[in-house]
Amino acid sequence: MPGIKTLRAMSSALKNREISSTELTQEHLAKIAADKTNSFVTVAKDNALEQAKQAQQRREQESSHPLTGVPLAHKDIFCTQGITTTCGSRMLENFVAPYDAHVVALLNQAGMVTLGKTNMDEFAMGSSNESSHFGPVSNPWNLDKVPGGSSGGSAAAVAAGLVACATGTDTGGSIRQPAALCGITGLKPTYGRISRYGMIAFASSLDQAGPMTCDAEDAALMLSAMAGFDSKDSTSAQRQDAWLADFAEQGIPDLDRPLKIGLPQEYYADLSNGSIIEAVQNTLAQQGHELVDVSLPHTQAAIPVYYVIAGAEASTNLSRYDGVRFGHRCENPQSLEDLYKRSRSEGFGDEVKRRILTGTYTLSVGYFDAYYIKAQQIRRLISEDFSNVFADVDVLLTPTSPTPAFSKGQLSDDPIAMYQQDLYTVPTSLAGLPALSMPCGFVDGLPVGAQLIAPAFREDVLLGLAAQYQKHSDWHLQRPNGSRVSKEWAT
Amino acid sequence: MSWEAVIGLEIHVQLATQSKIFSGAATAYGAEPNAQACAVDLGLPGVLPVLNEAAVEMAVKFGLAIGAEINLHSIFDRKNYFYPDLPKGYQISQFATPIVGKGEIKLDLTDGGQRIIGITRAHLEEDAGKSVHDLFPGQTGIDLNRTGTPLLEVVSEPDLRSASEAAEYFRQMHSLVKYLGICDGNLAEGSMRCDANVSVRPQGQEAFGERTEIKNINSFRFVERAIELEIERQIDVLETGGTIHRETRLFDADADETRTMRSKELSEDYRYFPDPDLLPLEITAAFVQAVRDNLPELPDARCQRYQQAMGLSAYDAASLSNDLDRAEFFEAVVGVCGNPKLSANWLNGELSAHLNNADVEIAASPVSAEQLGQLIQRIDDDTLSSKTAKQLFKALWAQANAESNVDALIEQLGLKQMNDDGELSAVVSGVLEANPDQVAELRSGKDKVLGFLVGQVMKATGGKANPKQVNELIRKSL
Repeated sequence: MPGIKTLRAMSSALKNREISSTELTQEHLAKIAADKTNSFVTVAKDNALEQAKQAQQRREQESSHPLTGVPLAHKDIFCTQGITTTCGSRMLENFVAPYDAHVVALLNQAGMVTLGKTNMDEFAMGSSNESSHFGPVSNPWNLDKVPGGSSGGSAAAVAAGLVACATGTDTGGSIRQPAALCGITGLKPTYGRISRYGMIAFASSLDQAGPMTCDAEDAALMLSAMAGFDSKDSTSAQRQDAWLADFAEQGIPDLDRPLKIGLPQEYYADLSNGSIIEAVQNTLAQQGHELVDVSLPHTQAAIPVYYVIAGAEASTNLSRYDGVRFGHRCENPQSLEDLYKRSRSEGFGDEVKRRILTGTYTLSVGYFDAYYIKAQQIRRLISEDFSNVFADVDVLLTPTSPTPAFSKGQLSDDPIAMYQQDLYTVPTSLAGLPALSMPCGFVDGLPVGAQLIAPAFREDVLLGLAAQYQKHSDWHLQRPNGSRVSKEWAT
Repeated sequence: MSWEAVIGLEIHVQLATQSKIFSGAATAYGAEPNAQACAVDLGLPGVLPVLNEAAVEMAVKFGLAIGAEINLHSIFDRKNYFYPDLPKGYQISQFATPIVGKGEIKLDLTDGGQRIIGITRAHLEEDAGKSVHDLFPGQTGIDLNRTGTPLLEVVSEPDLRSASEAAEYFRQMHSLVKYLGICDGNLAEGSMRCDANVSVRPQGQEAFGERTEIKNINSFRFVERAIELEIERQIDVLETGGTIHRETRLFDADADETRTMRSKELSEDYRYFPDPDLLPLEITAAFVQAVRDNLPELPDARCQRYQQAMGLSAYDAASLSNDLDRAEFFEAVVGVCGNPKLSANWLNGELSAHLNNADVEIAASPVSAEQLGQLIQRIDDDTLSSKTAKQLFKALWAQANAESNVDALIEQLGLKQMNDDGELSAVVSGVLEANPDQVAELRSGKDKVLGFLVGQVMKATGGKANPKQVNELIRKSL
């Protein structure tokens, strides 16, 4: 296969019979086999070839979806019937779910081909992909660097051209930060936009699935296939947004008016690569958008609030891993308590244990009011910060992460410094808002991302603005070792 | 010193929904172990709970029936603890904001009085599975069929003052939930279980004594016995200079004692917090009104109706209305015969006696309501005497065949009263001739011997004569 192609390029090539889904699948499998990033935990070759065969039949019968026959990878947090789902943990090393996650089922129905499951921080807890039981993932731009996390495997796989798109999940930045560090486009939709059913829970009130792709156009196509109300998820939103299908079928339309773009000053206070984000501002200003300074005064509280709430929810979400019904079970337990203690001690890694401990602590009698309740109160203030600025502006522009990809091991012994990686992504998660990270430049050969944040259920604004930016830049088309993404099949 | 007991009950009512409270798995009792546990019940990774609306409706029904506040906004919390039959490691319950707030229940006392027992709250929650300890030597089996069965936990105020009052409260709650159709009331299958909080204090003292909690009692008899024993034990401890410790106790029916299960000082911290997988439960006033409009007639209202519209005594009305099966049987009998008083007598008399002797529930009565109604009809139209009616009842009971025709059986057994004047006159004449002394006494005004003469006629007719008619014939022939 010549070079790296977008989803839409593959879709039209399949439609025009320039390639079969089986050929496409085999080419991708070959690339994965030669992968040096450790971005896959499981390669589902037989499954992929079978799905490709069925997709080819559908393509021939003209009963196909634009995504029919297009290969993808799922973050290993999504349950896949018949394919191991590890969640990056020894605890679930051999777990095979008897059901598909709702997202997986939707993409299967569209006819997409699952190549395999991508590596991730254990139970999605981490910002560097170093907490995976299956070893760290390397950043394809520099194999000594981390790809970000927790959807690091998905981001690295797309950046390395192993696959044109992958699913990710974002609890505090786990789609956007790795997308920024790997130079791809990552969209965290509004909380409730995509069903959480079958997506292994980390922090239920924050977890949200989303697409990780080459560009905004592909993100719109994926979002349309992944989104929708699901009666199996009580927090799933009932929405009728016609633009979802329109964007997917006809491409993202030009913005119908200049936007008012807010620049939250708290996100620009401490920036080492300020000139890059300034260049983004200039590009957008040239398109006629108005840029204004705004303030989100409770931003500084977001990290502690996030780690209290996410930890609290995680501590009980992970109680089910007790060695009784599924998952890792210690050898020869001597008693019930021994079974619990050893199964969980052996099955979970350090970062997961750290969060279970802090979460258990903050929910305990005597600490609950001081931590959990207080955190919920501040969460509301953070939410109100956003409502206030969105009364005046259409969208916010911020850096996605404080730094480009850092070296493996650099922050491993300093969890607090690691948590600061999420500084710019966490507030949006707490407010449940949609946000998108898009490539916007390089520092020392490493990609940098810009984040767009919109009001709830206004992913159309994010996609519209990102598509416009990507028409006037080519950062998103650049790939390691001088290769480029092509939006056309024939080059 | 004289002591007073203070008792509060927490009753777990298993709601009679078709499917579980947060999953689509069936709730039917008695399936193969783990055959009725789906991915959600098993707590597999990634699955999510979705609230069963039927359970909400039942909770509201209950709340309205006890005159409680219905909270239009309530919250499901996670109660965290590890146990092998609790798959998720937490139970979804309602902690700070239950769906049903304060209400009350009127308790009919055996002495005919009535007491108001406060209900603190009632909340929805999911049941856990079962641990089976005695089936596999050295191992514990886990059956998750019961996991996720909807429960309504009804918490009373500490308003009960004796073991028998507590048992009566439990009985009345049982009757109420069956009336409402929200619970099958099957105690043997664990459809209602109760925890009793018990303390004692010197008569006249206002402050409560230290309390203990007796867990998981599942029959009327056990509730009474367990509390009785616990009151005795506490009084005994206090009178010998000891102190009561806050603890959870277990009732052992075989050993006829309560004993320590675990000390409350070591009690777990359940780390309650709102379940982020479930949005707050919002119901509308219109929904509550719709449930109110469809409430069935409740025991109190039925009892009133039995007295006012049917002319029953307060005792009969109460005894027939407090159990739904009994009330429905009674009304079916009246529907056939049209005689409420006689129906009440038969239900409370002959039928109850037979049911009690045989330990059979009224719903499974060998004599059907239809048959009993017809039997009463034949008393009313003088076909049967009370004596032959009893003979017929025994025959119907023995046959235990709902298809058996009452009139055919009367014919077959020759139980028909002698209502023919001519035939009966002959017998009466014969008796009078054979007892000239008594006839003379009767003529001189000694009415007492009338009974003797009637008895002789009845004897001569094998009980088939109509005693009223015999009376008249004797008087006439004098």
